[in-house]
Amino acid sequence: MTVLSKNTETAPQTAARPAPAPRRRKPLGTRAYKAFRVAALIGVVLFLVAPLFWMLLASFKTNVDIYDTGKSFFFTPTGENYANVLQRNNYFVFIFNSFWVAFVSTALSLVLGVPAAYAMSRFTMHRSALVVLMARVIPGVSLLVPWYYVFSNLKMVGGFEVLILSHMFVSLPLIVYIMMSYFDSLPLELEESAQVDGLTPIGAFRRITLPLSVSGIATAGILSFIFSWNNFMFALVLSGSKTKTLPVAIFDFVSYASIDWGGLMAAATVVTIPIMIIALFTQKYIVSGMTAGATKG
Amino acid sequence: MSVLTPPRNARSQPGSGRNAGPARSAGENFSAWANRHRKWLFAAPAMIFVGVLIVFPLAWTLYLSLTDSQGSVRAASEFVGLENYLTVLSDGERFWPAVGRTLTFTGVALVCEVVLGMCIALLLWRPFRGEKWVRVAILMPLVATPVAVGMMWRLIFDPNIGFVNQLLGMVGIPPQPWLSGQDTALGTTIFMDVWQWTPMVVLILLAGLTSLSEEPDEAARMDGANAAQRFFLITLPLMMPTVIVAILLRGIDALKTFDILYATKGKGGGSFHEVETLNVYAYGLSFDYNQYGLSSAVLILFFMIIIGSMWLLTMRKKAVSK
Repeated sequence: MTVLSKNTETAPQTAARPAPAPRRRKPLGTRAYKAFRVAALIGVVLFLVAPLFWMLLASFKTNVDIYDTGKSFFFTPTGENYANVLQRNNYFVFIFNSFWVAFVSTALSLVLGVPAAYAMSRFTMHRSALVVLMARVIPGVSLLVPWYYVFSNLKMVGGFEVLILSHMFVSLPLIVYIMMSYFDSLPLELEESAQVDGLTPIGAFRRITLPLSVSGIATAGILSFIFSWNNFMFALVLSGSKTKTLPVAIFDFVSYASIDWGGLMAAATVVTIPIMIIALFTQKYIVSGMTAGATKG
Repeated sequence: MSVLTPPRNARSQPGSGRNAGPARSAGENFSAWANRHRKWLFAAPAMIFVGVLIVFPLAWTLYLSLTDSQGSVRAASEFVGLENYLTVLSDGERFWPAVGRTLTFTGVALVCEVVLGMCIALLLWRPFRGEKWVRVAILMPLVATPVAVGMMWRLIFDPNIGFVNQLLGMVGIPPQPWLSGQDTALGTTIFMDVWQWTPMVVLILLAGLTSLSEEPDEAARMDGANAAQRFFLITLPLMMPTVIVAILLRGIDALKTFDILYATKGKGGGSFHEVETLNVYAYGLSFDYNQYGLSSAVLILFFMIIIGSMWLLTMRKKAVSK
């Protein structure tokens, strides 16, 4: 029974990953190894997910229950923390701010970054690419002081423009990096034959390469959105009371004397849930973005 | 488009444009111009954007590091030469401990993440049932907002009500101070970093493993090599370039870690500066104490440390790839 179901299980997977096929029939080790592997995998999953689950649980507890170690898992859930956070603390505004900044900075970075990555990939402009990628290496603090000075003179601190600009600074290098390795892997022949058929080079880019790059662009866009959503330091300095983003709002939560743990966990959950749902549906893109360029020699 | 003269020709024969009527010729000339210069037309906007936002601030930071600017950047400041650097480099109270903590944090976190990441990647390497769910679990810490993650760990590691001490209590270990202890805080933050970023290392290493050819491993198996021998003598050497890429990508971010440190310990890395790394120190000097001259000097030195370690790793990678 188990042998049969194993075989049917692995059939589609080996189709997706052709290499390990012969090995499955001659399994790596004995039963002991298999048991160890299952146990280790369960351990890994628990280690990664349990803390998040704990946060979720605490967000449904009253503060009295959080202090009661006897009620770690069994308690009467309450939605009060969420009601408090969302209504009294105006979190809807912060959610909108976070979303708007992440969305606009990602869109603008794509407009600037995708053509740049294309040119850098096709003309192997390694030195120019290095200039853009430098942005990933520089400590953000060293840019914040001059930015703050210039933008406060322009009366822009506390506005969305500054936040979007600063987040683009994170998004753009990321997008260029991911899209360069994507364009590197795209065959040249299609563009060349399109040009033989009478398209201009830019026309070939617009009508052939771009439509072929949708999945790469999705990868870059999703990752850039996530990084912008999670960004803390730039918003901490450059956002005002009207443009405060979620991470800063959470940070402000603890600057008062005693910590409202239930509310804090509800706030933390409100920040992480949207991004996790996005991640759930776009898994494949996130993985390819995180590993972009990692396996080239 | 194909009906028109191909733009390349339009440019080389100036007469043809004039015959085609003003509107069309202008458009045609522009298109020809755009196509000829597409390399820079495409690349320049992004480069100018990044250039303006980096080069100018960096130059300014360099300038500030040579002045005694403080209080407000607008306030008059005097050129003091290398004085700030001398002050910083002879500061055994804040600067050097911060350097030590930055290197400890990065080094320990990287070693844990790479070793643990390699183990998990090997576990996931061959297909198995439920693979999909394990992959989802791996993504979760990776995308979680670091500030929220910091708050989450604050509750879990709380000395009185935290779940970790509760668990330890069940096996009879006395409660530990974790984040609030002077000696345990840095280790606890390293643990958080390992929790959040090991998944990224796993993903990178897994991509490397799946792209490996099966043959060397298979040949070693035929020759009777056991699993450990095959890993250390075959797989690991082949994986070295990928491992170094993972260290490089993760290392840059680990050196600059700010969010979880500031979220869990606040200003100055706690009351005894127990988690104050260079980034936290420089941020505090700039925005909590407005010591722009000093903080700029710290930042320039910090930047040199980052560039230096990246350069070393890239050299190492070149040596390994050969």
